[in-house]
Formats: sequence, C-alpha cells, structure tokens
Amino acid sequence: MMRLAAAVLAAVLSIAHTADAQDEGARGVALPTIKIERGEACVVPTDEMRREHMTLLLHQRDRTLRQGVRETRLSLKKCVDCHASRATGSVLGKDGFCASCHRYAAVKIDCFECHTPLRQSGAAGTSGQPGTPR
Amino acid sequence: MSLDRRRFLAWGTVAAGAALAPGLRLIELAQARSPQEAASALQRWGLLIDITKCTDCDVCVSACHEENGVSGHGRPETDAQWIRKVDLRDKGTGFAQTLPLMCQHCAHPPCVDVCPTGASFKRDDGIVLVDKHTCIGCRYCVMACPYGARSFVHETLSGQKADVPRGKGTVESCTLCVHRVDRGETPACVQACDRDGGKAMVFGDLNDASAQIHRRLRSEPSRQVRADLALNTGVRYQGL
Repeated sequence: MMRLAAAVLAAVLSIAHTADAQDEGARGVALPTIKIERGEACVVPTDEMRREHMTLLLHQRDRTLRQGVRETRLSLKKCVDCHASRATGSVLGKDGFCASCHRYAAVKIDCFECHTPLRQSGAAGTSGQPGTPR
Repeated sequence: MSLDRRRFLAWGTVAAGAALAPGLRLIELAQARSPQEAASALQRWGLLIDITKCTDCDVCVSACHEENGVSGHGRPETDAQWIRKVDLRDKGTGFAQTLPLMCQHCAHPPCVDVCPTGASFKRDDGIVLVDKHTCIGCRYCVMACPYGARSFVHETLSGQKADVPRGKGTVESCTLCVHRVDRGETPACVQACDRDGGKAMVFGDLNDASAQIHRRLRSEPSRQVRADLALNTGVRYQGL
C-alpha cells in the first residue's frame, strides 16, 4: 500500500515539475517592453518613478493647469519626448512605453485620450533621426 | 549758513528722488514671469477689439482653430467653436458690423459659479479655463455663459496639439492661448489679425499702466458686451 502511495506521489511530482518548466510559455500576458529611447537616466530614480509616476504627474498637472507653472522636469510632454518609440514616435501601440507596461499591469489610463501620445521635439521618431541622449 | 525752509524742502525732495530712482519701485510692476513662477493676480490679461477695423475676414477664427487643433466633423451644430464672427445689422438704418466673439474672460464668470466639480475656474491672472481632468461634461457652464462661448466635445478626437489637450466628454472654450501667453507671446488670433487682418485686436495686461491696452482703455471709449450683467469682462470692444 505504502509502495503504491509513493508511486502515485512520484508521478504527481513529476507532472508538477513538467508544468513548472512550461510556466514561462503558458503565461497569458507577455512581459512589458521597457525600451528607453533617449537619455541616460530618468529625471527621478527608476524605482521611485515606477512607484510614484502617477502621483508626480497628478501634482504637476494641477500646478501647470491651475497655477500656470510650466516646469518641464516632470511634464507629460517630456515623458513622451524621451520614451516615445523610435519607430512609431508614440508611447502607445503594442510596444509603446506607456501602453505595454499598463497592459501588463491591467491599468487603464486615459491620459492619451486628450494628450497627444506623439513625440514633439524635432519629431525625431517620425523623421527616422534618432534623438541624441541628453 | 542757515538753510531756509523752502530750500531745505527742495533739496530734500531731490535727494529722496535720487535715492529711490535706481532700480527701486514703490509699487511693484507685473513682470514677465519665468516658467517656474505661478500666474499672479498682479496681472489681468485682456483683449481690446476695435470693430471699426474688423473687416469681413475670418483670419482670427482660422488661426485660433489651427493653433488649438480645433477641427470640425462637418457638423456645424455640434462642432466645437472657440471663436466666431458675429454679424450685426441695424434693422432701421441697415448699418452692418462684424466682430469676433469668444470667451470674454469675465472677472465674475457665471461658468465658474455653476460648475459642480470646480473644473471651470479662473486663473489668478484672469484667464478662465476648464480643467478637463475634473470636467464631467454636465454642460451647466455651456448654459450659464451669456456669450455662448463654450463648446462640448461630442466625438472621439485624435491628432491633438501637444500644448492643447482636448477630449471627448469635456467642455472647452477660448483659453486666450494660455500656452502662448505663458511663453510671453500673444494669442494666435491677435497675431493673425496683426499680420493678415485689420490690426483690430490688442492683447495685454489690463493692470499694467504702461501697456497699450491699458492706455487705450483709459483714454478711449470702449464697451463690454452685455455690460448690464456686471461680469467685468476681460475682452472689450470699441466701435460697438
């Protein structure tokens, strides 16, 4: 009886192991594409930016719109300028910097229903002239 | 040697003037501000439109819509309109006039009074704007505005200008080209009227005694549209 139980256990464990090995392929959502197109470093350390970018943008938006403070450091326009894809000039789309991560995290953002997702400065993304790191 | 009273006062005045003159003002003037500075209540931006010089063109309208990325869908009843030309005609004499009409940037804006979310607001420098982040699209402001200056965006948009975010479900109106004003430029309509129109529009700070708009409002007659409402508009008209 004990022998049978051991055999069943071994069989179950081996199946579980095989499933583990296939886990990467079986995952439903692709990992986000985080491709930095321009610049050496972000204006804020990456860890902090990953956690806090929505708060930073929220404060900036109110200060810009309501008080007329137009600092460029944390402006959405500057985010797009650095992070827009070289191929499409946009932060949206399949591999777009904003869109791919938010798709992975299942977050629906509506910034770009009003704001343009396209890079403005020098239109580097659309002219095929990649921007130089600043 | 004794100094008499009259001479003492005369020299005293000159000395005080010399001490104050270099770089010191008793009343601080409004300065062009840096991008890091907030808009200040020392300034109040406004427009003066001389409709005797306003010709039968619409360069202000097309310049505005070009600058702000306002394009229609060919449906005039629902398409956004930030500025429009209004034709006036005296029924008795037949005398006809034309003038551009847009948000009048009131000091006491009814659109701000009625907004349930605080999205419709007046900036410290007098520019009346819509915070589209908090606008719920109720359109109370559209009904409250006596100038019909506000539009509602009915349809999904694309191709917005980077400086002028616009989106479906929100209300919008003339921003006095706030993005240009913050850069120290004049609104697009004024620039276009100077270049291609009748040079009928003057933009400036109503509080700045050295500004052309202030001088002209002080010395020449002008009118507010619906002055009876006592809204103290930032846009004034001459020849109306």
